[in-house]
Amino acid sequence: MTALLIRDLRLALRAGGGFGLGLAFFLLVAVLVPLGVGPEAAVLARIAPGILWLGALLACLLSLDRLFALDFEDGSLDLLATAPIPLEAVVAAKVVAHWLVTGLPLVAISPLLALLLQLPLAGYPWLLATLLIGTPALSAIGGFGAALVVGVRRGGLLLSLLVLPMYVPVLIFGAEAVRRGGIGAEAGAPLALLAAITMASLALLPFASAAALRINLR
Amino acid sequence: MALDVEDLSVSRGGAVVLAGVGFTLAAGSALLLRGPNGIGKTTLLRSIAGLQPVAAGRVRAVDLTYAGHADGIKSTLTVAENLAFWAAVHGGGEIDPALAAYELTRLRDRPAAQLSAGQKRRLGLARLLVTGRKLWLMDEPTVSLDAASVDLFAGVLRAHLAAGGAALVASHIDIGLEAAVLDLARFRAVEVARSGFDEAFA
Amino acid sequence: MSIWEYANPVRFMRASTAALPVVTGLTLLLLVGGLVWGFWFTPEAQNFGSTVKIIYLHVPAAIMAVTAWFMMLAASLIWLIRRHHVSALAAKAAAPVGLTFTVIGLATGAIWGQPMWGTWWAWDPRLTSFLILALFYLGYMALWQAIEDPDTAADLTSVLCIVGSVFAFLSRYAVLFWSQGLHQGASLSVDARENVSDVYAWPLWTCIFGFGGLFLTLVLLRTRTEIRARRTSALLARERRAG
Repeated sequence: MTALLIRDLRLALRAGGGFGLGLAFFLLVAVLVPLGVGPEAAVLARIAPGILWLGALLACLLSLDRLFALDFEDGSLDLLATAPIPLEAVVAAKVVAHWLVTGLPLVAISPLLALLLQLPLAGYPWLLATLLIGTPALSAIGGFGAALVVGVRRGGLLLSLLVLPMYVPVLIFGAEAVRRGGIGAEAGAPLALLAAITMASLALLPFASAAALRINLR
Repeated sequence: MALDVEDLSVSRGGAVVLAGVGFTLAAGSALLLRGPNGIGKTTLLRSIAGLQPVAAGRVRAVDLTYAGHADGIKSTLTVAENLAFWAAVHGGGEIDPALAAYELTRLRDRPAAQLSAGQKRRLGLARLLVTGRKLWLMDEPTVSLDAASVDLFAGVLRAHLAAGGAALVASHIDIGLEAAVLDLARFRAVEVARSGFDEAFA
Repeated sequence: MSIWEYANPVRFMRASTAALPVVTGLTLLLLVGGLVWGFWFTPEAQNFGSTVKIIYLHVPAAIMAVTAWFMMLAASLIWLIRRHHVSALAAKAAAPVGLTFTVIGLATGAIWGQPMWGTWWAWDPRLTSFLILALFYLGYMALWQAIEDPDTAADLTSVLCIVGSVFAFLSRYAVLFWSQGLHQGASLSVDARENVSDVYAWPLWTCIFGFGGLFLTLVLLRTRTEIRARRTSALLARERRAG
């Protein structure tokens, strides 16, 4: 399983584009929103938690359709399905790789973007915490969607339609925790709920994703 | 006994394509699958490999590995990295003997994108060696291989069989191997004329 | 006679041919009767005027929108476990009906809310949850459309329905968390303060059953069509293979 993780990381780094694309998109969102909404600091500060979370969410979505599709097309998925490691572990490894390459960089760059969006200072630690805890869930849920549409040509749009409604709880709890933290209110509840969703997704969704992959490999 | 297939029916796209397939493969022996295009050789191999559910019948097999049309090679990784990955997945092991067997040693650090079709296929076949599995299921292994490479492959296969392995190979081409041949045409599933509706829509 | 016998397409078609006129008749009776009763034969409410009458459309539609999803969930489980094609096709057939009920619920909810809220749309928890439910329906229907092989499509959409149900449920509570909301309390529950008095309740229940009948009628009709379509494509495929 580690071998798969390392291979996927290596592939992502060498492919070029996938790695920086999510970051670039995130940055674009943080730049375009003020341009669209107006430069008033108070307004931006109010919507910053939501925009930051939304940007992270959409940036994650970008690289999801390649998660299984590349292996599906070149026959690697067939071979992995007959390998000693269970398909659930394959899914888990690929989801972790996706998070390391897509989610984690988003977390790293988020303080800079929070600055652009005038997030109140108190919100910064909450932003980092929620993104750190929540982005793995985004990868796990996205992985499930990707497993469903792996056989569909150009399934990117369908993938978005399937995955975005499932992102709603993560978005709500994540953004709400940042918002409450930013104004100094008690934010433990949404953070805890977010953590619960992440843990459940990482533990349970690989089973559903593996089932979907097996169906598609038939 | 490496593989025992009993009264097997396999289906493709919802319709049964082969029915009543039965054979036994002993360790140290190979079986060649022959038949016209579309008869279901790929479907049969994939079903035995466990990638598809069988429609009926039973399969008993030792640990196997499957090599299909696609090689599962990543173009941005080098030859050695590709092979090392599969070796790691299958529990570690040396890749040098496999590289040597298919004369890929001097290409070990070349990115797979720069390989010719024949070299890619040799790499895909080398993967079978690092899996350490006894039973090889192969679907048209000699595609893209020139005559010299086909001989290489035959040699590797002979060595594998001599070491107690077994192989089930679907191939149009005469590999130069002394092996039994199974013609699948006689297992072609016959469409039963049905009237009215039936439970299985196909 | 076990209900599983109707999993056989032949039996299902025969049974539904017999049942359909009865179900349709009953539906028309309940639906038309209930709506007419509710709209014309009940007194006007003090504060809300005649737009409160829209609950005769809104509440039944909302109830059926959720019921339809549960039916799809049950049918999906039956397909995955027992591989009954009728079940899979019934789930496929129910989705557009459920989506329509959801949209009716949203539209009537907006119309009802307008005089109360002063706006045509408000992000209150119930409406928002139904909006998200509509998205789940759309995703389910889109997946059916995108996959060519019918059995694969049935399998994948069933898995989606199951996982989607968990997330739809989660969303409901996330949305509640997210907003205080303007929605009236559940008018049919006994201890809600804004209880709907008896004179409104009877026609409401009639409409609810009417909508239930409507759902049943439409799903029976659409499942029959799906079965016929599936049979036709299987025959065509058989012809192609023979020739």
